[in-house]
Amino acid sequence: MSQKHVLQVFEQYQKARTQFVQTVAELATRPKNIETLQNAGVMSLLRPLLLDVVPTIQQTAVLALGRLANYNDDLAEAVVKGDILPQLVYSLAEQNRFYKKAAAFVLRAVGKHSPQLAQAIVDCGALDTLVICLEDFDPGVKEAVAWALGNIARHNAELSQAVVDAGAVPLLILCIQEPEIALKRIAASVLSDISEHSPELAQTVVDAGAIAHLARMILNPNAKLKRQVLSALGQIAKHSVDLAEMVVEAEIFPVVLTCLKDKDEYVKKNASTLIREIAKHTPELSQLIVNTGGVAAIIDCIGSCKGSIRLPGIMMLGYVAAHSENLAMAVIISKGVPQLSVCLSEEPEDHIKAATAWALGQIGRHTPEHARAVAVTNTLPVLLSLYMSADSSEDLQVKVLPHDSKARRLFVTSGGLKKVQEIKAEPGSLLQEYINSINNCYPEEIVRYYSPGYSDTLLQRVDSYQPIIN
Amino acid sequence: MATLARLQARSTALAQQYYFRNSVVDAFRKKENDAAVKIQSWFRGCRVRAYIRYLHRIATTVQKWWRGYLGRQHCQLIVEIAYCALKMNVYNAMAVRIQRWWRGYRIRKHCFDYIYLKAYLRAVERTNDTVRKALDEFAEIREREEKEAALKREKKKKDYQARKMHYLLSTKQIPGVYNSPFRKEPDPWELRLRQAKPWTRKKLRGQLQRPTSLTSWLACTSARSFPCSEILPPINRKQCQGPFRDITEVLEQRYRPLEPTLRVAEPVNGVKEAREEFRRQEKARNVQDNMFLPFASYHKNEKYIPSVHLWSKCGSSSYGCQHFRDENPKKWVSGKDFQTVLPSFDLFSTYGKSYSKAGQIL
Repeated sequence: MSQKHVLQVFEQYQKARTQFVQTVAELATRPKNIETLQNAGVMSLLRPLLLDVVPTIQQTAVLALGRLANYNDDLAEAVVKGDILPQLVYSLAEQNRFYKKAAAFVLRAVGKHSPQLAQAIVDCGALDTLVICLEDFDPGVKEAVAWALGNIARHNAELSQAVVDAGAVPLLILCIQEPEIALKRIAASVLSDISEHSPELAQTVVDAGAIAHLARMILNPNAKLKRQVLSALGQIAKHSVDLAEMVVEAEIFPVVLTCLKDKDEYVKKNASTLIREIAKHTPELSQLIVNTGGVAAIIDCIGSCKGSIRLPGIMMLGYVAAHSENLAMAVIISKGVPQLSVCLSEEPEDHIKAATAWALGQIGRHTPEHARAVAVTNTLPVLLSLYMSADSSEDLQVKVLPHDSKARRLFVTSGGLKKVQEIKAEPGSLLQEYINSINNCYPEEIVRYYSPGYSDTLLQRVDSYQPIIN
Repeated sequence: MATLARLQARSTALAQQYYFRNSVVDAFRKKENDAAVKIQSWFRGCRVRAYIRYLHRIATTVQKWWRGYLGRQHCQLIVEIAYCALKMNVYNAMAVRIQRWWRGYRIRKHCFDYIYLKAYLRAVERTNDTVRKALDEFAEIREREEKEAALKREKKKKDYQARKMHYLLSTKQIPGVYNSPFRKEPDPWELRLRQAKPWTRKKLRGQLQRPTSLTSWLACTSARSFPCSEILPPINRKQCQGPFRDITEVLEQRYRPLEPTLRVAEPVNGVKEAREEFRRQEKARNVQDNMFLPFASYHKNEKYIPSVHLWSKCGSSSYGCQHFRDENPKKWVSGKDFQTVLPSFDLFSTYGKSYSKAGQIL
């Protein structure tokens, strides 16, 4: 009978441990509990439970740790300082798939906060184990591990290099080909994080054959997957002309243009970022994009978005127009300039307005024809009213006005010249030079007519005039 | 002596006088000397100049003749050179003209072909329009597809709900929940319920319902033991001619699995098997094999009272149960009884399964 009592004691203890760990894991899902848990010293209590005999308790303890570390970086640092990571890494290699998923969750939660924590994870040798787990059969394990790798690689180039050196890239390419959508998405986002930092890393990713698989997945109807795939392709293409050409050779045009019509805003943004990164390198690539009707699609996309989603599209138009005057003319006939002036007047944010003004400048600067096309849409007064945000507006006016009399006339009749006179700038500054050059385009009487206080000077002359009394 | 003394007295002054007289002349002497020298030098100069002029004249003449001689030598050469230079200038001018035209032509045709540029821009515009239209269509198609998918999902949900709520269907006696008698028309749900099939628990797919003996041929070929797949048409089917029924109906009819009649589906030795089955069950059930006998002494003194039906002669007549014909030999026409010549036919085994819909009650 006493044996039964003894065993009962052990059972009670086990039940208590299980209940504790499950309750803690549940409480950790709500942020307001986490402060209390932290003050109650939950970390030191969870730590010995990681080595518990019962597998369920182990797994739930790891899960609770992951949720706590996910919340803020103090707790993540406490995880690192408490020497939990080596234990996790060791068990990651041995245990079953639930444990692996939970341990990968902890690593991901710790690695996401700062580069130092990610470096700590790399230092305790987690990368090799993680890469081994990427070959596991269960797609949930692969997803968790890939997410952890992604969080590590996100911070800077050295960490990405460490991830690549551990041999993760070929396994990630295999993960992309798996049928589960979530796994594909995570693998695409990791590839995007890796190739973001430097051209060599992007080249490594390309050498493993990523581009073909990514290009195939553009047609997938899932919106989140498309976001990551387009972002990955954009990060690859941005580094050099060769990489951009390889991305284009994967026959993404004109399929990518359908992504510009997607309902999801971020898919549109990433697609326009991709097209911008391709267009900015050489005139030939921009020509390719124009020939496939990309400019029209981007202009429609700009029209249908708001806010910072528009920014890559606007910059793309600027890059295309900057390469040569033929391309700038192509942008003009695709009805780009009215759309850009609408953006300029609508957008509240300064940096978007600056980008729009820059794009308009690039379009208008080549020849008088281009300048007239820009001036006709009455953007110049709008540009003037934004003189605070960008020097490019003055640049545009200086280039526009000497060329074309019609542009000059339009400038005057739309009140632009008046505004220019009203700008008080310090003599000798760049602004004053621009204002002088604008004033030089017009005869002197007109300049005086529009300068402020002209009526006062006229009245003064009347006062000082002695009438000829006959 | 006196003169001597006089002379000696004057000698001292003599020297001075002598010196003065000479020196007075000396002043003039220099002047006169200079004048003479000047005159002489001028004269000499004149002579020499005349001589030099003469020499110049001579030399000029000689040189003139010599130069003329040389010039006449090289005259031809110079004329030729001048002529060539003239020609070369003309050629250069012409060549410049040609090159100018050619450069203009080349630029206009190849480097900055205005016509081509215009054509290119028009082509770009056309491509843009096509792309815009294509993208709009694509967006429209996708929206429509999404709407349709949403509608289908709705419909599927409603059908599922209607099947599960089938028991709420109104009957003739009791109007259902959705068919209130105070309404003009039944609720749409009522109509859905009418169209839905009732929801039955599906048997678990894992256990196939096999007949008791798979050894019999009929059982093997029945639909239950073969995996039933969708009706597939044969591969090399010629196009038939004529007014067509719906092809699925035809194929369904043509490739319908065997549905044996009840008479045929039962195995031949059904009775024997049934008996054996019964015996097996008894063996499993019974504790002992002896028949149950009533307690003999309990009913010793009771008399057996047979039932009314067996007691009288008028009991249950076998007419209507065992034979259906009047058995009165006197009324028979011939001496022989009816004989079964043809086997009975199954009248109702093909009910609802024949090809035509003739005779169906609508």
